[in-house]
Amino acid sequence: MVEIRRKLVWRIGEVVETRLETPRTKSLLVEVPGWEGHKAGQHVDVRLTAEDGYQAQRSYSIASAPEDGRLALVVERLEDGEVSPYLTDELRVGDKLELRGPIGGWFIWEANEGGPLLLVAGGSGIAPLVAMIRHRAAARSEVPTRLLYSSRSREDTIYAEDLDRLAEEDGALQIFHTLTRSQPPGWTGYSRRIDQEMLREVSWPSEERPRVFVCGPTPLVESVASTLVGLGHDAGRIKTERFGPTGG
Amino acid sequence: MDERRLDGNATGGLLGEIFTFEATTAEGACDRCGTVAHVGEQMAYVSEIGTVVRCATCDNALIRIVQNPRGYFLDLRGISYLRFKSAP
Repeated sequence: MVEIRRKLVWRIGEVVETRLETPRTKSLLVEVPGWEGHKAGQHVDVRLTAEDGYQAQRSYSIASAPEDGRLALVVERLEDGEVSPYLTDELRVGDKLELRGPIGGWFIWEANEGGPLLLVAGGSGIAPLVAMIRHRAAARSEVPTRLLYSSRSREDTIYAEDLDRLAEEDGALQIFHTLTRSQPPGWTGYSRRIDQEMLREVSWPSEERPRVFVCGPTPLVESVASTLVGLGHDAGRIKTERFGPTGG
Repeated sequence: MDERRLDGNATGGLLGEIFTFEATTAEGACDRCGTVAHVGEQMAYVSEIGTVVRCATCDNALIRIVQNPRGYFLDLRGISYLRFKSAP
């Protein structure tokens, strides 16, 4: 039920790579000396300290698999944010980053728990779900998995190519995109906000008792969770991670 | 004031400053409605003033945490018990 651990402490990681994932999103690959590993779905807190001592902290989900040596954090740049503009614009390879974790024991999935899995993401809410998909691949799990991913446009779709490649290599992984604002020519996926009809088409029948993970902005998460309950899914098998209206 | 409704899971870092176990996987019993649930699946409201974990069933304030220069103020009146595993 609960794992006893050392008290959570702040540590110093080093940024070893940054990648522009979309025009507004970067992934940071961080090495943390002495990192004891994490579970897919967990997050870290990142803390910035200004020269005058002012501190600001935010939570970021870990997008890398537990099997990876480096932590991948997905940071969406928010115009009026206190933390994210620094992480996306200023931080360079070789810089130090103060963080603590891994945190959270509720919104996690391990391959031996089985499935089927239904993953629903909005925007940068993809991060912990990508960790689950990568963990599933690294563990050679054959758990049938479906991902429904809502983005504004194709260029705003984080990890679009990584996800396509993973799905091509794996017949038991199906990925459904919906693009809510603009669609490229010839787009055959969904082009509206996630609704009941879409969830009915994409989700496993409730009789198959899928494990459901929903992550994204609070309104999306709450709408998806309540719609799934309305479709007969057991609320106890739906786990949610709200990013809130702001992420900083 | 920036108040945000999040999952109890989001309080894991703050609770980790106080408890030596992963508190989001501990089970708490609501003192008002009796619902037993993991801290991580409750509702969390985070503002500059402090953090409140509320019962997802009846909205009762389970855990209130304020941190200021005088230290942590931890109010657990809303939960009748917290269950977590003893150290091996």
